Amino acid sequence: MPVSPTVRVQEAPFDPAAESAALTAGRVDVGGLASFVGLCRADDGLSALVLEHYPGMTERAITRIAEQACARWPLTGCTVIHRHGRLEPGAPIVLVLTASSHRAAALESCAFLIDWLKTGAPFWKREEFADGAERWVEAKAEDDLAAARWGGAP
Amino acid sequence: MRVLYFAWVRQRVGVAEEEVSPPPEVRDLAGLVAWLSARSPGHAAAFAQARQIRAAVNQEFAGPEAPVRAGDEIAFFPPVTGG
Repeated sequence: MPVSPTVRVQEAPFDPAAESAALTAGRVDVGGLASFVGLCRADDGLSALVLEHYPGMTERAITRIAEQACARWPLTGCTVIHRHGRLEPGAPIVLVLTASSHRAAALESCAFLIDWLKTGAPFWKREEFADGAERWVEAKAEDDLAAARWGGAP
Repeated sequence: MRVLYFAWVRQRVGVAEEEVSPPPEVRDLAGLVAWLSARSPGHAAAFAQARQIRAAVNQEFAGPEAPVRAGDEIAFFPPVTGG
């Protein structure tokens, strides 16, 4: 039986150390824990990113992607936390943690999840700049390609 | 039928969601887009770039040929940019 992933969509910050500890506490079968933290980058004088999402569908879409990862790789644990709302440069946006007995499964499933989160979860980023300008981030063809290299859509 | 709009689609339409009752000849997403476009200049502006719009029916991504029915939750939005 694949493990059930932990998925949270929240405005509040997350604690990668506490989330990592939760995936390994009390067990001795975890040989590798892969983690990815996506952060808000300050490109071109950006003052904040505002992340809008589709409540309900977001959780469903991420859960489906995470369940795919748990079915495809022999994971002992998986956590995905994605923030929404207004995030300033340097702020963490997304956390992906995958644990397995062996490193390859942990690393590959972590990359799979990051790639699919970009193209399969209903989030939209709006950039706010110091001069008051705003613009919606456009989807990138290279993100579709990165997700496509893993095969069929979750 | 409940219709939700997100990101710049929401900004152009001018509302985040609305309750609509399209006529029976509106059977799929493409038909709904055509019908919604005639509701206001904002709707027309939002749907003018049809290739830039993605949709979901009952919280599942769906294409233009996806059927729509009374009671469905439909959403229109730009290509997603999460992660």
